Amino acid sequence: MADVKKIATRESYGSALVELGKKYDNLVVLDADLAGATKTGMFKKEFPERHIDCGIAEGNMVSVAAGLASTGLVPFASTFAMFAAGRAFEQVRNSVGYPHLNVKIGATHAGISVGEDGATHQCNEDLALMRTIPGMVVINPADDTEAKAAVFAAYEYEGPVYLRFGRLAAPVIFDPETYKFEIGKGQILEDGTDVTIIATGLEVGYSLEAAKILAEKGISAQVINMATIKPIDEELIVEAAKKTGKVVTVEEHSIIGGLGSAVCDVLAAKCPTPVLKIGVNDEFGHSGPAVALIEEFGLDGKGIAAKVEAWV
Amino acid sequence: MASLAATANEIRKGIIKATNSAKSGHPGGSLSAADIFTYLYFEEMNIDPANPKDPNRDRFVLSKGHVAPGYYATLAERGYFPKEDLLTLRKIGSHLQGHPCIAHTPGVDMSSGSLGQGISCAVGMAISAKLTGADYRVYTLLGDGEIQEGQVWEASMLAGHRNLDNLVVIVDNNGLQIDGNIADVCSPYPIADKFKAFNFNVVEIDGHDFDQIADAFAQAKACKGMPTAIIAKTVKGKGVSFMENQASWHGSAPNDEQMAIALADLAKLD
Repeated sequence: MADVKKIATRESYGSALVELGKKYDNLVVLDADLAGATKTGMFKKEFPERHIDCGIAEGNMVSVAAGLASTGLVPFASTFAMFAAGRAFEQVRNSVGYPHLNVKIGATHAGISVGEDGATHQCNEDLALMRTIPGMVVINPADDTEAKAAVFAAYEYEGPVYLRFGRLAAPVIFDPETYKFEIGKGQILEDGTDVTIIATGLEVGYSLEAAKILAEKGISAQVINMATIKPIDEELIVEAAKKTGKVVTVEEHSIIGGLGSAVCDVLAAKCPTPVLKIGVNDEFGHSGPAVALIEEFGLDGKGIAAKVEAWV
Repeated sequence: MASLAATANEIRKGIIKATNSAKSGHPGGSLSAADIFTYLYFEEMNIDPANPKDPNRDRFVLSKGHVAPGYYATLAERGYFPKEDLLTLRKIGSHLQGHPCIAHTPGVDMSSGSLGQGISCAVGMAISAKLTGADYRVYTLLGDGEIQEGQVWEASMLAGHRNLDNLVVIVDNNGLQIDGNIADVCSPYPIADKFKAFNFNVVEIDGHDFDQIADAFAQAKACKGMPTAIIAKTVKGKGVSFMENQASWHGSAPNDEQMAIALADLAKLD
């Protein structure tokens, strides 16, 4: 993996905002005293007048974004996932979701790969929370290419969007020259016949590694990238389940309410299929280097492969 | 054109009829705010009921969203929709939801009802005007119980910090909340000093005196470089004998018999 380029998707978020800002005057960016970490500082440098630092007041920031959107501006409100989806959940629901305003929530530092900051800042619940809000689009991009494309797509889309980004540098999987992102569409990255692994975000790269390990053991795993958690690509999920008969979901999120649950919702109704949910079990994270935590929680290639091998 | 007092009285009748029809809702705080609603929609704001989405219109956010009956009665009186609609309040299929919704009701500039969020939305609208060079003004009405919400002060800090002189925050200081006297439940006093500390221009008035209301909004317009907070001392249930200063009328509706008494009380003010 040494020669693979790695970029944290929060960096992609920052640079995509700058690109969009150059094209569109109606784009504004809000932050809550984390512009350096969320990378909206890049936008602030280019467009200081369109960067609104709300201070450490995330609930207020989200409702302010709603007010801005009601006048025709397109706000991207940014903070850590814990505070965007967690602390400001009710503002996202009532100020943004209910009036269906054109607010984009850019949530960085999601999942246990926040690392050393520990459990208070490791948000493993955001996909579950955001998924329950009617009309909310929820996107968890896998790499730099997809993250940038998702930010552009979120701008073009009229309505609320939750974008989930990570702190840890992730391998670049997709070629920016050829990659096409579409909200609500997953992609098959590897074909396989014994089991389907549906992964999202940081776990897409690790799932591709797992598929290689499984291949060496004679298990043919299909790998699907599912960036959009809502609306989820039902057709692709059902098609894959019919083909392999066994589905594994992998996410850097609680196994309760996230990608795994979304996939189970589809399969329970349309194509009952055994599902193994891999993610953070019903427990909090803790401090440690990000990569070590990913390994400890069994969310690296080896860990995923071991769980799949034991299950199929 | 009817006098402001006469218009406010019509709005009060609408509040009574609407909450009676709904058999629920919030008449007390609607009645306390009726004169402020009247002044905003019949005198102060640059609005056109025929063009409710005009991008240059002044904005209003009802941060104390539960007094929707007062808001709806005002919008109906102003011509945004027929007054008969008030009798559909809170019923299935009605555009008049229990709390205001931007998607349903003509003239509503922001959904509200979860206390503390409306003022933040108003701050966003005011920032937008500053960013785009638009000259519309933004008004938001808060309850005096509502200002117990921490988000009110997050929003106020940002408004003061960004010198939003196009923003007017009005506090309907009727002194009562659901659980009783605001001073007993969890006192927000001194209210004026709090807003002053958050870099607001503060005006304290009798919220039922139209001369004082007019003067306060004129002072707000004249004040440059800072937002204005108008602390309006009001009477909860104003105009209806048995509702005045009774916390119990915060969130309960008059039955037919009580409505008859209420409308008779208001008829005396015609």
